[in-house]
Amino acid sequence: MKDTDTAPAGARTPRLAGRGALIGALVLFAIFAVLPFAAHAAGDPFFIVTATRIIVFAIAALSLDLILGYGAIVSFGHAAFMGIGAYSVAILATHGIGDVLVQALVAVLASALFALVTGAISLRTKGVYFIMITLAFGQMAYFFMVSLSAYGGDDGLTLYDRSTLFGAPLLDGDIGLYYAALAVLVGAFFLLRAVVASRFGRVLRGTRDNRVRMQAIGFSPYPYQLTAYVLAGAIAGLAGVLLANQTEFVSPAYMTWQRSGELIVMVVLGGMGTLTGAIAGAVGFLMLEEILSSLWVHWHIVFGALLVLIVLYTRGGLAGLAGRVFGGRRR
Amino acid sequence: MTNLLLLQVLNGVQFGILLFLVAAGLTLIFGIMDLINLAHGVLYMVGAYLTATFTALTGDFFLGLALALPAALVFGIVLERLVFRQLYDRDHLEQVLATFGLILVLNEGVLMIWGAAPISVPIPEILSGSIPLVGPLRYPVFRIVIIAAGLLTALGLWFLVSRTRVGMLLRAGASNAPMVSALGVDVKRLFMLVFGLGAMLAGFAGAMVAPILSVEPGMGNNVLILTFVVIVIGGIGSIRGAFVAALLVGLVDTVGRTFGPILLQKVLDPSAASQTGRTLAPMLIYIMMAIVLFARPSGLFPKKGGA
Amino acid sequence: MRSTVAFAAGLLAASFLAGPAAAQDDSLKVGLMLTLSGPPAVLGEQAKNGFMLALDDMGGKLGGLETEVVTVDDQLKPDVAANEARALVERDGADFVVGPIFSNILQAIAKPVTDAGAFLISPNAGTSNFAGAQCNENLFVSSYQNDQVHEVLGKHAQDKGYKRLFLMAPNYQAGKDSLAGFKHSYKGEVVSELFTPLGQLDFSAELAQIAALQPDAVFVFMPGGMGVNLVKQYRQAGLDSIPFLSAFTVDETTLPAQQDAALGFFGGANWAPNLDNEKSKAFVAAYEAKYGAVPGTYAMQAYDAAQMIDSAIKAAGGDLSDKDAIRAGLAAADFQSLRGDFKLGPNHYPIQDFYLVKVAKRADGKYETQIEEKVFDDYQDNYAAECPM
Repeated sequence: MKDTDTAPAGARTPRLAGRGALIGALVLFAIFAVLPFAAHAAGDPFFIVTATRIIVFAIAALSLDLILGYGAIVSFGHAAFMGIGAYSVAILATHGIGDVLVQALVAVLASALFALVTGAISLRTKGVYFIMITLAFGQMAYFFMVSLSAYGGDDGLTLYDRSTLFGAPLLDGDIGLYYAALAVLVGAFFLLRAVVASRFGRVLRGTRDNRVRMQAIGFSPYPYQLTAYVLAGAIAGLAGVLLANQTEFVSPAYMTWQRSGELIVMVVLGGMGTLTGAIAGAVGFLMLEEILSSLWVHWHIVFGALLVLIVLYTRGGLAGLAGRVFGGRRR
Repeated sequence: MTNLLLLQVLNGVQFGILLFLVAAGLTLIFGIMDLINLAHGVLYMVGAYLTATFTALTGDFFLGLALALPAALVFGIVLERLVFRQLYDRDHLEQVLATFGLILVLNEGVLMIWGAAPISVPIPEILSGSIPLVGPLRYPVFRIVIIAAGLLTALGLWFLVSRTRVGMLLRAGASNAPMVSALGVDVKRLFMLVFGLGAMLAGFAGAMVAPILSVEPGMGNNVLILTFVVIVIGGIGSIRGAFVAALLVGLVDTVGRTFGPILLQKVLDPSAASQTGRTLAPMLIYIMMAIVLFARPSGLFPKKGGA
Repeated sequence: MRSTVAFAAGLLAASFLAGPAAAQDDSLKVGLMLTLSGPPAVLGEQAKNGFMLALDDMGGKLGGLETEVVTVDDQLKPDVAANEARALVERDGADFVVGPIFSNILQAIAKPVTDAGAFLISPNAGTSNFAGAQCNENLFVSSYQNDQVHEVLGKHAQDKGYKRLFLMAPNYQAGKDSLAGFKHSYKGEVVSELFTPLGQLDFSAELAQIAALQPDAVFVFMPGGMGVNLVKQYRQAGLDSIPFLSAFTVDETTLPAQQDAALGFFGGANWAPNLDNEKSKAFVAAYEAKYGAVPGTYAMQAYDAAQMIDSAIKAAGGDLSDKDAIRAGLAAADFQSLRGDFKLGPNHYPIQDFYLVKVAKRADGKYETQIEEKVFDDYQDNYAAECPM
């Protein structure tokens, strides 16, 4: 087995070097910022709802990229954090606590705690074994919510009112929610960018590229990886808060292993270890799903074939492709 | 009580054997080619559908099986040439992405060809019915056949890998492919054969369950996750590990489901026991996997040295 | 900060004013939101076929209006469904949404559809919350309240005088509701109540317990592929001497896979293909001719959903903007249902007859459920009283 396992592509090329990734992200954010106006002008205001969903998943994919792209830690249970965040909102709301700040705080703490406990155990393993142990914890969280009858069990829980801020229903309109989600995305992006560039981030990347060397120069990777895992879990939990508000409904279905797999696919599709790639991957994945599913009932076959072709004929996902188109011939 | 336990143990073994048939191919492919093949569960589904179709065409399960196995082998080899061959030297996540795409394609393809409704394969006459066990308990003949077929396959695989020249090459190829290649062995062809063999094993498992399970699109997905659990508990690349882990998963799942609540009732009051039992039952194998990996981070039978 | 809020509020107001502009035209738009992918796709296809057949029978027009149907696959993912439902009513301007198949999807789409002022007609899922305290003036159900089918079997077991029953259902909300519904009308002893993991393939462990306990009868709720597996394995385990009562376990969607293994097994339903009424017979014949399969209740209920829409628009004189008239028309249910006797209660859930049905093989070799006896007459659900409407 390759010992680097999951690290791979990131180690081979620093595709779309720092500045390119930043410019790419800024372009995406600018497009997101004017999107509601464009949607209105184009006579399709509903597109904002779809775009909100895309942004929510982009946040989750971004958090996964921190551990996957920079830490070579492949979590196959990442959807569980989103689910915990979403359930924090719905459960607090059924008990009359509708303030988004309280909900978000609880969501972040709950998902961070779950990440701390499961991460502390999981990080003893490496590579594929790590993938599977995170899957195991994800499944446990899923089955726990399925059997939790008091909060709807498998049928899920309807959120009758979106979260409020100090009593004001700021998120009630689609536009309000959209910009709130966008603000979280931009905030998470710059936070993670700073994290990655810091000394902490350098240790994380160093471990990804060569674990033995990092250990030889006196770093124990474990606390760094665990911290990154907890941070990623907390951000995904925040994405869950937004998801609950966007669908006005929570369900254990948000936590299935298929959903975790989709998040991995988004990150890999976009290109790992660039942060921008994760956002692009979420956009690409969900837009493809949206467009293809409206064209043909059997759209999965086209979608699947595209994924295969992308792997076979582009290296490093969408970001790799963009890097080669815009960044000259590196390879 | 003892009778029930005996029956449940038999059931657990039978379930484990089925998992082993699928897991054997997966662990071989993973261990030797270093390929994470998420589409392995789909091969199991294709095996079941091929068996159903050929059985319906010929009117005989055994003829259907005899036709389905080579067809599964060919299908595996075609997939290998078209897609997998180009994935061997990619990193694991790209393999995950591509094989995830393949799952979508094949699941939907099956849905388009055979329709969404589950289809049926009748149990062959001579294997139907059940035999008396102890007391009033009986056991279906077909399930005994599954156990026997699985054990024979396990024996055959063990012989192939540890006692034949091909097996020697396989083991050598797994630890150092370039070296084997340099010695004049056609590694490409070797890999293709291993992949075909893995596909056929998964197809065989699908064929054997076709008469007792519903043959439907997406039937490979749940099995896929369970097989990954099996090969990870067993230690990737180890046939012996897969065998032990498959039996372990089968037994823990089947026996735990029945006797967990009974045991819980001894320490909790009945309604709490029933509630806890219901919550824990589906988690059992995942809890077991977490415990095993906590104690032995590379599974029960880790490959020595690695590559 | 404040100016941002004001800005957002302004945009918000603008988006409200712009409103559902697309919806204002003469033709009728109906959204079908069904599960059309994955293993349960067969249920969604039956409902889709049933609806389209009704539309064909009425010359492509419902209530005399040119009808456009937009079909959406909910993928059995609640969040996808919630978004698609909003897209149907807000973007595509659907006046009616017909769907879904599954209860958890109903929970997810009820709010977005009815909040937008469109009518939601469920051709299958009928959860207790919407029948009771959370009943909704824009939500109508053309099928049944979920518990009722289970109650049919409970009543039958009680009437038959079975003393010891073995109950089994998957471990999820509908499974728990199922056993609760059964016990609502069965008062005898329950020797064991088992919940199996959702999606379980192999029932040998449970069958062994049945063999050991030797109950008077077994009641199970095992929808879809689980039912196919259970029925085949039940037969193979040699348990046929114990009566097999079931809900959503042997029906026209699973029988093609269960075949002989299901013969003689019992289910509960509000209709069966051999129901003796002219319109129903014509429907079954037309469905079989067009789609090559025997229709089940899913197809029948979707057919009736189309008829329900047709009658309501006619009652409103073809004016889609007169929501109150359409609502009254839907509630009146003034159409000839395929199941004969049919009306809606104040909670918009049906009041109808329920039958014990039994699996049989027809002369042409196809399998269907056939009516054995009527168990409930003009039966209303137990939650209607809690509905404030």
